[in-house]
Amino acid sequence: MAGEELETKLRPPLLDMKPYPPKVITLASGEKMVVREAKRSELGVLLGSIYPLLGAPRDFYDLVAARMYGELLAWYRYRVVNEFVLVGAIDGVIGGIVNSRMVDSRVGMSYHTIAIERGLRVGAQLFAAKMEHHLDYLGQEEVWIVAESPIGFKRWMIEYELEDRSSQFPKVWHELGGVPTFVLTRKLYDAVKSQKVTGSRPVDPALLATADKLKMPTEYPQLPGFKRERS
Amino acid sequence: MRRVAVVGIGHTFFGNLSEFDLVDVLAFASGNALDDAGILAERKIIEQVIVANIGGGILSHQTGIASSLVSRMDMEPAMAELVENGPASGASAVKLGFMAVASGMVDTVMVTGGELMRTVTGWEATDFVATLLHPEAEYNLGLTLPAFGGMFTRMYMERYGVTERELAMVAVKDHDNAAKNPFAHVQIPVTLDAIHDNENANVVNNFVAEPLRLYGMCPVTDGAATVILCAADSPKMKYFTKRPPVYITGIGSATDTHCVHNRKDPLVLDAVRLAAERAYAMAKLTPADISFAELHDAFVILELAISEEVGLFPRGKSREAVVAGVTRLEGRMPINTSGGLKAKGHPTGATGVSQVFELVKQLRGGAAKENRQVKDPKHGLAVNFGGFGNNVVATICSKEPTW
Repeated sequence: MAGEELETKLRPPLLDMKPYPPKVITLASGEKMVVREAKRSELGVLLGSIYPLLGAPRDFYDLVAARMYGELLAWYRYRVVNEFVLVGAIDGVIGGIVNSRMVDSRVGMSYHTIAIERGLRVGAQLFAAKMEHHLDYLGQEEVWIVAESPIGFKRWMIEYELEDRSSQFPKVWHELGGVPTFVLTRKLYDAVKSQKVTGSRPVDPALLATADKLKMPTEYPQLPGFKRERS
Repeated sequence: MRRVAVVGIGHTFFGNLSEFDLVDVLAFASGNALDDAGILAERKIIEQVIVANIGGGILSHQTGIASSLVSRMDMEPAMAELVENGPASGASAVKLGFMAVASGMVDTVMVTGGELMRTVTGWEATDFVATLLHPEAEYNLGLTLPAFGGMFTRMYMERYGVTERELAMVAVKDHDNAAKNPFAHVQIPVTLDAIHDNENANVVNNFVAEPLRLYGMCPVTDGAATVILCAADSPKMKYFTKRPPVYITGIGSATDTHCVHNRKDPLVLDAVRLAAERAYAMAKLTPADISFAELHDAFVILELAISEEVGLFPRGKSREAVVAGVTRLEGRMPINTSGGLKAKGHPTGATGVSQVFELVKQLRGGAAKENRQVKDPKHGLAVNFGGFGNNVVATICSKEPTW
């Protein structure tokens, strides 16, 4: 009982969060990627999917995978306020994961984007979905964003023309270390939304069902030669 | 003029090779070609090495690349020179190698083209390529090659009625071919529905230089390719028994105005036409004799425009060929069987050599094991397009000599 009492003290107070309605994106390959919120009960498959990338230094996959691994655990154990996780699944196989959290009702804080599937802009689509959740569904006014890889900097800071608020440190301070904080404001989002955010809703139930039971990738383009047996 | 045979070909994977040194990448392709030719151990029979590269000094901070390659390959005392001719550097190097052999100056030449472009960011790579534009009249106004590609596409669409859907069909075809090419940068097939028809397509295939979209443009790519040439009448041909020789039967080049705005009609690519005419004349062939072609599709519109300029289709009619499937692998005139620059990739210095690599591979029947073999090819045409059409090289390779 004492443990349960302490547990309630360890958990942050949570804000109400509207759910993210699932959508489907037809990737350039013609494959359908279902984008939906991940559930805490799916932690195992999420962690298992990114675990091999801890050994992939190219393009900073190791760093992003390690960061996200901890953030997912913190999400699972309710150690972060209002974190959400979106997953992109192609035929049920995890193609990418993004996570983020609400700072308060007005401000969101983007955590990480990891694209396991490469060459189809899966990361770009999932990042856009994350921004869509913050601004369109959670109704927030802005999202604080940092980049920890050159790919991220190009995809977010350059392509979204994010507002550089690094001069406002420490008033505007992203909690992922001291890297410069950029901001997607509602005005910027509205300006790029038609070029960045896509997806069809509602998702056909049969298609949505393919993402009910998430599966770990068996191969990783980041890890040539890696092969996971399908359980 | 002596007959010139291609007796060895080599290629690296095209993609991100930025963890390697530029000369290492050139050496990978060179070693691959020497092995293909069956002379890895006897490589010192190569008298002349020609390297094609544009950005070594800018992107890799490395000069003297040709001599460095010779040393890396332990091929001293071969003569060595570097060729820089913009994106047509590769084919120019092949042309100079051809001239060295055909003239009788040497019997054997190794031509290696290569580029490392992913050592810098995409916009730095775009800026580097844009240095070939006129510094005051073009570059300083912010023009880049994708910008030219966009403007050219817009004019072409307006004049000939080419649609975005037809351009997407070119990309689909190129990606299908690249998906079967183990050296290609983007080995992912794409569908017409996904990149054009579907409601998500506007974002999945976003504008880069309107009306050119992401899947209408080549990626930024690292890589290298090599061809080994030998005089067909040389006693040294005795070394090259591992593969059947393929012959360079025609090669020609031409220039046009540096600035595109100085041309009477920006859609008329005089240098392309003249280079091809010179190649056809040398080979004693006509466009009707060509079995397949590798055309410089840095932007998909260029595949259409070049195919018309070299006489494979009437002007303004290549779009009909695309729609009818004529340019697909199984069509009457397969174009960019390698995936083209569009999907195989465009490491600028390597591209022209890689195109000749593909011609030789197809003419040998070597693409069959990759399930992308052109049926019974006799003559292949490659067009390597430098600048925005201001320096163009056309090469014809044939299964048998034509002269």
